[in-house]
Amino acid sequence: MSRLSFPALLALLAILVAALFVGSLLIGPSDLGIGRALAALFVDDGAATLVMREIRLPRAILGVCVGATLGLSGAVLQGWLRNPLADAGVLGIGSSAALGAVVAIVSGLAYLSPLALPLSALAGAGLAAILVFALAGRGEGGDSLILAGVAVASLTSALTALTLNLSANPFATLEIVFWTMGSLGDRSLDHVALALPFMAIGWLLLAGVGRSLDAMTLGAETASSLGLRLGRIRAIILFSTAAAVGGATAVTGVVGFVGLVVPHVLRPLVGSRPSRLMAASALGGAALLTMADLTVRLILPSRDLKLGVVTAIVGAPFFFRLILHERRRLMR
Amino acid sequence: MNRTTTRRHPPDRRTWPFITRAIVTALVAVMGPAWAEEAPGRVVSINLCTDQLAMAIARPGQLVSVSRFARDAALSNLSDAAAVLPVNDGRAEEIVPLTPDIVLAGSFSSRATVDLLRRLGLRVEEFAPANSFAEIREDITRMGRLLGRSEQADELVHQFDDRLATLRKDAAPSGRKPVAVVYHIGNGTDGRGTLADEILTTAGWDNLAANLGIGTYGALPLETLVANQPDLVLVGGAEAGWSTKAVPNARHPAIMAATNGGDRLMVLSDRSTICGTPFVVDAVARLVDERHRLAASRGAAR
Repeated sequence: MSRLSFPALLALLAILVAALFVGSLLIGPSDLGIGRALAALFVDDGAATLVMREIRLPRAILGVCVGATLGLSGAVLQGWLRNPLADAGVLGIGSSAALGAVVAIVSGLAYLSPLALPLSALAGAGLAAILVFALAGRGEGGDSLILAGVAVASLTSALTALTLNLSANPFATLEIVFWTMGSLGDRSLDHVALALPFMAIGWLLLAGVGRSLDAMTLGAETASSLGLRLGRIRAIILFSTAAAVGGATAVTGVVGFVGLVVPHVLRPLVGSRPSRLMAASALGGAALLTMADLTVRLILPSRDLKLGVVTAIVGAPFFFRLILHERRRLMR
Repeated sequence: MNRTTTRRHPPDRRTWPFITRAIVTALVAVMGPAWAEEAPGRVVSINLCTDQLAMAIARPGQLVSVSRFARDAALSNLSDAAAVLPVNDGRAEEIVPLTPDIVLAGSFSSRATVDLLRRLGLRVEEFAPANSFAEIREDITRMGRLLGRSEQADELVHQFDDRLATLRKDAAPSGRKPVAVVYHIGNGTDGRGTLADEILTTAGWDNLAANLGIGTYGALPLETLVANQPDLVLVGGAEAGWSTKAVPNARHPAIMAATNGGDRLMVLSDRSTICGTPFVVDAVARLVDERHRLAASRGAAR
């Protein structure tokens, strides 16, 4: 099989993301028509402009940015931990953000200000990163990080379950359950303004460790002898993932699977260099999440399907194909 | 849950420029309460409970959209009225083009949607779930004020109180009150301070959960329920039909045995109890009937 050149692949993925972004702007319950919808984005057209600028635009932006965050962090963590099951979930970031959100809902904070819930989720993600860092110690290996992450994830999931368990209010319980399934519905530009800086800082820092991850493929000892400070890289990866994924989860709720599956799907296409896989996974994640969000709106729009549910359903066939492909390759 | 902030009038979270606010204050001062009470022309409701209150009070044409649930006869007492109204799924994008003067929402409507609508300058009025008849009256009155239909609202409160008074007279206790308990799938119950508790006690029953000291929504182990031998077990309509092996449910053999094979198991339609509307009176009436039936069968047995 002749492999697509790396720049060509990136260009293709970028075109796909752009097309899906435009598709995301064009699809919604109010029937605007393509021309009017796009025009309303730039020229004031009353309610149509409100719908485009304040409802569909933030949703489309968040779809791309959150997807990119999840794909990128998945590629980085799989590269760094050399563990095919790694994504932001193993560091406990998602479940801690969920706990933060749950606390905001149950305490009633979420009803006082629109941004109380995302801020509380973000705080949860930050605390988790600090806790994981403290637990994992100053070592250099990945295993202690995974262990610490899984421990924190179990604790925070248990606390979330406890809160649900003790919740005296069936409506709050329902809201929590829905929040943990993830959604991009009716997010505003405020959410974009809150999450984007955290995600952008995370992207920049993660992009910076790409080279180091490339060197790491030669083995930890060789990498050390090349002058890499592994402890420092580990801290950067942990905290930038917490910032980016924490910011993303804070506004969308928990969206699984993207960070796990996207690097796997793209690895055969870009080869084993982590820095290349990171760029491709960021675009791939953006495409997958936007695709899932379009699915939510096209299939059963009135049933309010949750994004986290759909990413798993949309992503699973890719994963199955990949596993079958691998098996065939091994049997040959 | 912070009840005091979610109930009653939530503060307007938009930050109006100071000048606009000053002008509005001046206008209200000059033009008086008549101006402030002017009826909104277009009202949209996105919550099953506000749907029903609004449909009962609004003038024809005032309500331009209700939630899809309002058409479901199992959940809504005014499904016929809702059938001829446009329905929404509570998404901001459907609501904005309707250019409503007021959006009626539940305090547990999607946070993101309510916040976004407010951000876009719409007036959103949230109603918390009512936990007592007093709160139902307050909600009706508030809805009347919001829609500029205070007269209709007062009339509705009046009818509500009249029917309740009749039923209360009928429910005048003679000797020991029979005991009922609400059973939710997964061994939950409604204790003191819930709407179900007030419905039960008004109909002349004792609420077992309240007797056991359970406040609001609590857990009631199957063992406790069976051991206390209630005269009646109440289940919601949707929950009654829900049979599963995973969690205890109304078809559990222990409940079947405790209710004499289901004879003393009563299914209350969800539409009478799920929302704090004047229609809770229907549930009270059914429970009064059931109490008479029980007394009659006891008398026959004696």
